[in-house]
Amino acid sequence: MSKIMTGAEMVVQALQDQGVTHLFGYPGGAVLPIYDALFLQKKIQHVLVRHEQGAAHAAEGYARSSGKVGCLLVTSGPGATNAITGLTDALMDSIPVVCITGQVPTHLIGSDAFQECDTVGLTRHCTKHNYLVRKIEDLPRILHEAFYIARSGRPGPVVIDIPKDVQFASGTYTPPKNIQHKTYQPQVKGDLAKIKQAVAMMAKAKKPILYTGGGVVNAGPEASTLLRELVQQTNFPITSTLMGLGAYPGSGPNWLGMLGMHGSFEANNAMHDCDLMICVGARFDDRITGRLDAFSPGSQKIHIDIDPSSINKTVMVDLAIVGDCGHVLEDIVRLWRAEAHQSDPKALKAWWAQIDQWRARKSFGYKKSPTTIKPQYAVERLYELTKNRKTYITTEVGQHQMWAAQHYKFEEPNRWMTSGGLGTMGYGLPAAIGTQLAHPDALVIDIAGEASILMNIQELSTAKQYLAPVKIFILNNEYMGMVRQWQELLHGGRYSSSYSEALPDFVKLADAYGMKGIRCSDPAQLDSAIQEMIDHPGAVLFDCLVDKAENCLPMIPSGKAHNDMILPDFEEDIGKVIDDKGKMLV
Amino acid sequence: MNAQAALSPYSSSAGKTERHETHVLSVLVDNEPGVLARVVGLFSGRGYNIESLTVAEVAHAQGLSRITVVTSGAPETIEQISHQLERIVPIHTVTDLTLDNAFVQRELAMIKVRGKGENRTEALRLSEAFRARVIDATTESFIFELTGAPKKIDDFVELMRPIGLVEVSRTGVAAITRGPLEM
Ligand SMILES: Cc1ncc(C[n+]2csc(CCOP(=O)(O)OP(=O)(O)O)c2C)c(N)n1
Ligand SMILES: [Mg+2]
Repeated sequence: MSKIMTGAEMVVQALQDQGVTHLFGYPGGAVLPIYDALFLQKKIQHVLVRHEQGAAHAAEGYARSSGKVGCLLVTSGPGATNAITGLTDALMDSIPVVCITGQVPTHLIGSDAFQECDTVGLTRHCTKHNYLVRKIEDLPRILHEAFYIARSGRPGPVVIDIPKDVQFASGTYTPPKNIQHKTYQPQVKGDLAKIKQAVAMMAKAKKPILYTGGGVVNAGPEASTLLRELVQQTNFPITSTLMGLGAYPGSGPNWLGMLGMHGSFEANNAMHDCDLMICVGARFDDRITGRLDAFSPGSQKIHIDIDPSSINKTVMVDLAIVGDCGHVLEDIVRLWRAEAHQSDPKALKAWWAQIDQWRARKSFGYKKSPTTIKPQYAVERLYELTKNRKTYITTEVGQHQMWAAQHYKFEEPNRWMTSGGLGTMGYGLPAAIGTQLAHPDALVIDIAGEASILMNIQELSTAKQYLAPVKIFILNNEYMGMVRQWQELLHGGRYSSSYSEALPDFVKLADAYGMKGIRCSDPAQLDSAIQEMIDHPGAVLFDCLVDKAENCLPMIPSGKAHNDMILPDFEEDIGKVIDDKGKMLV
Repeated sequence: MNAQAALSPYSSSAGKTERHETHVLSVLVDNEPGVLARVVGLFSGRGYNIESLTVAEVAHAQGLSRITVVTSGAPETIEQISHQLERIVPIHTVTDLTLDNAFVQRELAMIKVRGKGENRTEALRLSEAFRARVIDATTESFIFELTGAPKKIDDFVELMRPIGLVEVSRTGVAAITRGPLEM
C-alpha cells in the first residue's frame, strides 16, 4: 500500500494509521501544509487549543485516561517553546505523547530565521527521543517509529520536527509494519529465576508491603487486575504513589491510602517498619522516601520496573526485576498459585493488628465546621456524589491536589490524571478536556485551585468550542495554599506573594465564556450545588469558597523520616518543626 | 540493606559511598546528527563527570560510531551513568570496560617543548625512553608525538614541564577489550 504523497499528507496518513482520533494543536506558518491536509480529511478531529501548553496537557489527559498515545501539532518557534512544559510533564510522569512541530525550511535552519528555534536542541532534555526530519524519504519511518517509542518500554514524549520544505516535498508513504527498532528494544519479560526468588521472599515475609506506582497503570488494565489478584491471594497491605492511585481500589480492604509526604500515617509507618517491600512500577521519588538514610531501614526490597535506570538510583534494593509490571505480576501470581505458597498467617495477623493501630490515628481527619466549607469536606462530598458514575478526576497542583488524592477514592486505573513529577500548575483543565474527548459520556472533573486554574484558563474556550462538558471544581482558598503552608512552616508565616489578589469573579468569568458558573460557601448548600454541577449538561466553573487557612496534613516535613509525621491533631507551633537543614530542601 | 546511592538532597548524610573510581565506558551509537549532544547533554544535565571523551565512526556501512568516555564517581553513580546512557534511543550498547578490567586503552598526545642546549638534549633523551616521535623540530623547539595509556602521557608531560613545556594537545582515550570477542 505504498503511495506517493506530500510530507504533510504523510503526517496525516500516519496519524490515521496509528489510530489517532484527536489531534490537539494550534496553527502557524510552519505547519500550514499539515493544517491543509487535515482540512481535507474527516477521520481525525483536530482540537484547537488556546495555548500550546494546553495542547500538550490535553494530549496527556487523553493518553493517560485511554491508554493510547496522545498527539499534538504545533508551529515552529513559539509554538514549540510553549509546548515544552507539557512535554517535560509527560517525560516526568511517563506519558506516551507524540508532538509534531513545524520548522523553518531546511535551507534556513541555523540562520535565525523568523520563528526559528532549535527545537530538537531545546527538547532533547524533555523528551524520550526526538527527530529533525531532513529528508522526505525518512518521514514515514520516523512517524511510525515515534509512536512505537512513545508507547513502548517506559512511555514518554517524542518530538518530530518537520521543516516546511519537507512538508511540501513528495515521496513514497509506507504504512506501519511490525516495527523492530534496531536499538530500542525494551525488556518486557522479567527474569524467571529472579521472580521465583521474589515469590520465595514474599512467602517468608512477616511484615510485607506492596508499594506500587504509575508503572502499574502504564502497564494497562490487566496489570491492575493482576495486582488485585496478588493482594487478594497474599493478603498483603498495599499503598501507592500519587501516580499509581486506582490500580488497587481505594475502597479495598488492604488499601492503606497513598504514601509519601502527604500520605497516610499507616502507609508511611508500614513502609518504615516493614521487613519486605515490594516496589512495583514506582521509582523511590523524594516525595515518597523522605529522608533517605532513614528510609525503611530494616527491610529487604524488591524492585520491579521496566526502566533499568530506575533501579538503585536513590535506594539500593536487594532484588531487582527488570520488566513490564504486567508481565512480571502475571508470573508472580502464577508462581504463587502453582507452588501453593501461603503468607505466614500468624505473622500477617500481628502485622495487620499493628497497621490497624496506625489506621486508628485517622491521619486524614480534619475538624469539620458548620459555617465554613473545609476543603477536605468538599472533596469528600464530591466523591460521595460522583462515586456511582463513570468519573474521571484531573487536578491542578497544590493543596487541593493532595486533598483530592487523600479523600477521593479511585476504584479503577486511568481515572486519575494529575501532574506528579513536574507538579505543573495549569495541567488540570486541558487534561480534563483531553480526557473528556477520549470519554465523551463520562463525568470529568478538574479539582482545581484558584491560582492554578488561572494558568491555563484560556482553555475554557476550547471546552466551549468542542462542547466538552468538563466540570471545574475550584477549591478557592484565596491563597496559593501550598506555598502559604510552606511559608507558615519555614518562613515565620510571612506570606510573601502567596495571597491570590485581584481574583476574577469566577461565576462572571464562566458567563463570559458562555458556560455555567456556580458559587458555594455554605456547607449546608454544598451537596445541592455539587448536584447542580453534575446535572448540568455543559461545562461548569464551580467556585467553592473554602477555609482559607487550612493546612494539608498529615505531612512528612522535609528532611524527616517516614515515622516522623505531623498529624492533623498537632497542637504545637507548626513553624518550629523543620530544622535548618530541612529548610534547604524543596 | 539500605546503602544509599543518594543523588538526592533528601539524604541528610549525603550517604554516598566514599569510593571514587575512574571508569572507561565504550558506547556504540548510530552515527546520526545530535547523538553526541545527547550523550554530552546527559552528563551535564545530571551532573556526571567527563574526564575525556572521544568519538569517531567505526563502521561506515552500518553507520556506527564509537564514543569512549572516561568518567569518575562512586560505583553506584557509574552504574547509573551506564543505565542512563542505555535509555538514549540511538545507543546500541554501553560497556563498562573497567568492570572486567580486561581492556587496552591508548591516547595520542602532541607535546610542544621549547629549549636550547642541555635542555634540548635532555628532552630528546627522555623522548627516546618514552618512545615518543619527533614530528616537528626547529632550532629551539620540538613537537613530540606520544601514544600510550593516559598515565604514561601524564608522566612524560610532567618530565617536560621543567625542561620547557609549551603546550599539549591530547586526543582522549580510545579503548577496546582484550581477547577475540566483541565488546
Ligand atoms: C507552573 C508552576 N508554578 C509554580 C508552582 C509552585 N506552586 C506549587 S503549589 C502552588 C500554589 C497553588 O495554588 P492553588 O492553585 O490556589 O492551590 P492550593 O494550594 O491553594 O490548593 C504553587 C505556586 C508550580 N507548582 N507550578
Ligand atoms: Mg488556592
